[in-house]
Amino acid sequence: MNKSFYRLDWISIFIYLALVSFGLINIYSTNYNENSNLFNFDIPVGKQFLFFLVSLVVAIVILITKAKVFERFASIFYLLSILSLIGLFIFGKNISGATSWYTIGGIGLQPSEFAKITTALAVSKILSEIQVNLKKIKSLLQIGFVIVFPMFLIIIQPDPGTALVFIGLIFVLFREGLNIIFLLIIIGLILFFILALVAPLPFIFTSIITLLISMYFFSKKLNKKASLLPYLIVIFFSCGYVYSVDYIFNTVFEQRHRDRINIILEKEVDSQGIGYNINQSKIAIGSGGWEGKGFLQGTQTKGDFVPQQHTDYIFSTIGEEWGFYGSSLVVIAFCTLIIRILYRAENLKNKFARIYGHSLAAILFLHFFINLGMSLGLVPTIGIPLPFISYGGSSLLAFSCLLFIFLNLDANRLNE
Amino acid sequence: MRKLLLAGLTLIISVVFIVRLFQLQVLNTSYQKLSDNNAILTISEYPERGFIYDRNGKLLVANQAAYDVMIIPENVIPFDTLAFCALVNVSKNTLIKNLKKARQFSKRLPSVVVNQLSKEAYAKLQEQMWKYEGFFIQKKSLRDYQINFGANILGYVSEVSNNDIKKDEYYQPGELIGRQGIEKSYEKELRGKKGKRFLQKDRFNRIIGDYKNKSFDVKPKVAKDIQLTLDATLQEYGDFLMQNKRGGIVAIEPSTGEILALISTPSYNPNLLVGRDRSKNYRKLARDTLSKPLFDRGLQALYPPGSPFKTLNALVALQEEVITPETKFKCNEGHYYAHGAFMECHCRKGSQNDLLKGIYNSCNTYFANTYKRIIEKYETPEKGLNQWNEHLKSFGLGNYLGYDLSVGKKGFIPNSSYYDQWYSKGGWKAATIISNAIGQGEVLTTPIQLANFTAAIANRGHYFTPHFLRSVSGDSIPPKFVQKNTSIDPKHFEVVIDGMHKVVEKGTARIARIKGIDVCGKTGTAENFTKINGVRTQLTDHSIFVAFAPKDNPKIALAVFIENGYWGGRWAAPIASLMIEKYINGEIERSWLEKRMVDGNLTNEYQKPYLGKPFKINE
Repeated sequence: MNKSFYRLDWISIFIYLALVSFGLINIYSTNYNENSNLFNFDIPVGKQFLFFLVSLVVAIVILITKAKVFERFASIFYLLSILSLIGLFIFGKNISGATSWYTIGGIGLQPSEFAKITTALAVSKILSEIQVNLKKIKSLLQIGFVIVFPMFLIIIQPDPGTALVFIGLIFVLFREGLNIIFLLIIIGLILFFILALVAPLPFIFTSIITLLISMYFFSKKLNKKASLLPYLIVIFFSCGYVYSVDYIFNTVFEQRHRDRINIILEKEVDSQGIGYNINQSKIAIGSGGWEGKGFLQGTQTKGDFVPQQHTDYIFSTIGEEWGFYGSSLVVIAFCTLIIRILYRAENLKNKFARIYGHSLAAILFLHFFINLGMSLGLVPTIGIPLPFISYGGSSLLAFSCLLFIFLNLDANRLNE
Repeated sequence: MRKLLLAGLTLIISVVFIVRLFQLQVLNTSYQKLSDNNAILTISEYPERGFIYDRNGKLLVANQAAYDVMIIPENVIPFDTLAFCALVNVSKNTLIKNLKKARQFSKRLPSVVVNQLSKEAYAKLQEQMWKYEGFFIQKKSLRDYQINFGANILGYVSEVSNNDIKKDEYYQPGELIGRQGIEKSYEKELRGKKGKRFLQKDRFNRIIGDYKNKSFDVKPKVAKDIQLTLDATLQEYGDFLMQNKRGGIVAIEPSTGEILALISTPSYNPNLLVGRDRSKNYRKLARDTLSKPLFDRGLQALYPPGSPFKTLNALVALQEEVITPETKFKCNEGHYYAHGAFMECHCRKGSQNDLLKGIYNSCNTYFANTYKRIIEKYETPEKGLNQWNEHLKSFGLGNYLGYDLSVGKKGFIPNSSYYDQWYSKGGWKAATIISNAIGQGEVLTTPIQLANFTAAIANRGHYFTPHFLRSVSGDSIPPKFVQKNTSIDPKHFEVVIDGMHKVVEKGTARIARIKGIDVCGKTGTAENFTKINGVRTQLTDHSIFVAFAPKDNPKIALAVFIENGYWGGRWAAPIASLMIEKYINGEIERSWLEKRMVDGNLTNEYQKPYLGKPFKINE
């Protein structure tokens, strides 16, 4: 412990502490009134502070735990986590339409947040086993099930936003050898999805056909034996996909889903109804200017214009009160933390630890990308918190655990 | 490559986010405004409108509180509409209409449902306010006229129109602006400057406190009180004398140009244009096209000046040295000025008049000859006429006088190019335009111009721009109402003034004599015409009198004219005389004369053209 203590990644810890403190400051501001203080546990900032203290205790416990424990008990943690998710359907409490919470003594706990940790551990454990090979269908199915099963349990709560985060683990699979074709397919699917919504169908069809046919003739020049068939298949599938996206979007999706996407694509302007949150969030951030309006001076924040501002839209407070400087700093902090974790992970010889590091980075990245993207009006509204900063005890505690487990593994890299 | 995938993506996304932040926060400045609109409520705070006093410090215009009943629709619970209507004195339909309008405007923001409650209704309603959830009363300030005269001078205040807002960015919908008269001329002084309070709103538009600790708030600038040159007693007395007669009185203090009274009848009570019935009453006044109560006859009415104009021709002739006080003309009940051009005169056949006699007998022949000499002094009549025109302009005729009310007329003094148009160049001479000699012909003046040149005569050659403003909040006013010298040498005035004195002592206006005061004056009678069914028809002459007193060191100069009053000595001279007596002595000795004037009623005369049957004039 003593030696590994000095090997702790203090840079990550510093960023962690900075982000949590900054989060507390902004939560304090969003719900500010005369009675606000850090030790009033009836208000958000007090609760968050309490959870921060708990997180610190848990972090210390994690750091003094033997590193091997996490690998050894990963399956058990995972099973417990799955049980806790299933248990929700019996003991869970329905809060604003989703059964995602246990309430114990007035404190709400969200098992889906902790499922991120256990799934990350489980994925790391499976992928680090020698016989697992992502080129094999069996391994793919196995790992896929581990990821998708908790996702499924969370989707039916229903809390699709949180479930979406698990998709981030696909980055870990790529790192561990998943065929890069999958990545291209995913990117293609996303591109075509957007294209299908913004451009008229005949235009897309002609573009796809022209592009691929000319690619075929180009490759024919290089290689006389090039076959037309794969190009025809790609044309067939992409046109079919585009057509079905169009169909699904317009008939299967509900209006609110369509709206959320249309707002982002700027096909629809409705700043009072469905677009209200995004619009107010953009106004709050946009009105911050270079330096921001100052701590407790945000008029959007004070006037409660942005709903859920202390949770999912906390970044709008940062943008308004701390301006371009403050918000850029937050972006840079996250970027640094994620890259730092990936860098440290790559240097680890222990495969489990390395994969876990990647899982952590992937989950952080997805939260960072979706949450900030949503606040900035670049990504459709998906309600997930900004790690370390958003109000929410389970989220803070879970992310702290996620991070400090990695810090423990990282600090013990020489103790193999 | 696989190792760098996520790191690279993180870096790219971070850059995208920072670029996006830069775009939202730095490049696009519209969000700041949107945010302010969202969250900041600007409330104007109005200083109380300034009071208006007369020259002796008597309060003329003050303010009164009025009460609007406001509602916030979402807080309203069903209530007894009938009882409420009875309480505030509005019809049920109006109430329902206003409630609907308020709901349509906003459910959360206040709207007016009942405008300007009377004090009595306010008192009653206040006791029962608890019955009406969602209602509240908002106080506002209205004008309170302490007098029932002088509406033509004071003007009125009403809500700004879209046009006003376009013209002056200061105003916002629902604010008040001075519409006419003093309220308009001294709007900036009387209104002061509104202050601003910034309040912080939340997303329900509820006020949650001061914005930034009031650091942006602007305190309202106190409005100023105004003292007028008007003598309220004299003004009221003039109204009293003028009842049942149409016309105007303009009284000026010659030594300062201060307007002592400006009476235009018929007029209206200024309190008619205050409060809930303002627009109804205004429409009624504006529609009265026969007696035209909104028309300020003292400033806007154009008439041929008639005989008082002779005094000016005498002065011009003396200055041009075409006559001396001793010059005599012979009058044979008139005179031929050209073949077939005869001008009648009431002088006995064979009278020999010098200037003094010419003035107090108002001899047409004398002034026609004089005028002829002025025009013929130079080689061409053009030059003579233009010279004459210049002299008259120096008395403020033919142009705006520059007083501080916004209505007026230029009047008209013809020059050579005017007659060149009518008769072709060289096609006219003195005889053609001889009517100008006696204030008929093409000359047109307003009553205030008459009063003003009378003041210039009283001052022996200069006048001060007539004005209504005496001081603003106790400070004296900057000297923008300056002395203007006429082009006539002061030495020429004594003989004309002597003539005017004789007019009252033994001439056409002996009725205007006041014991102990040397009154100088000149009567006038002006022919006038109207169109009845397109036919030009002559009406009974206007009765005109200009005067000043005392002869030495004059205190008051005035012009009185009574529409269709027949001749100057009949109405205008006695009324002018009573005004002088009232102003200088403070009380009236000749109560018999006062009674005759007050009882005098010209209503029948005014109805003549509208009865649809032939009528006689000058009876």
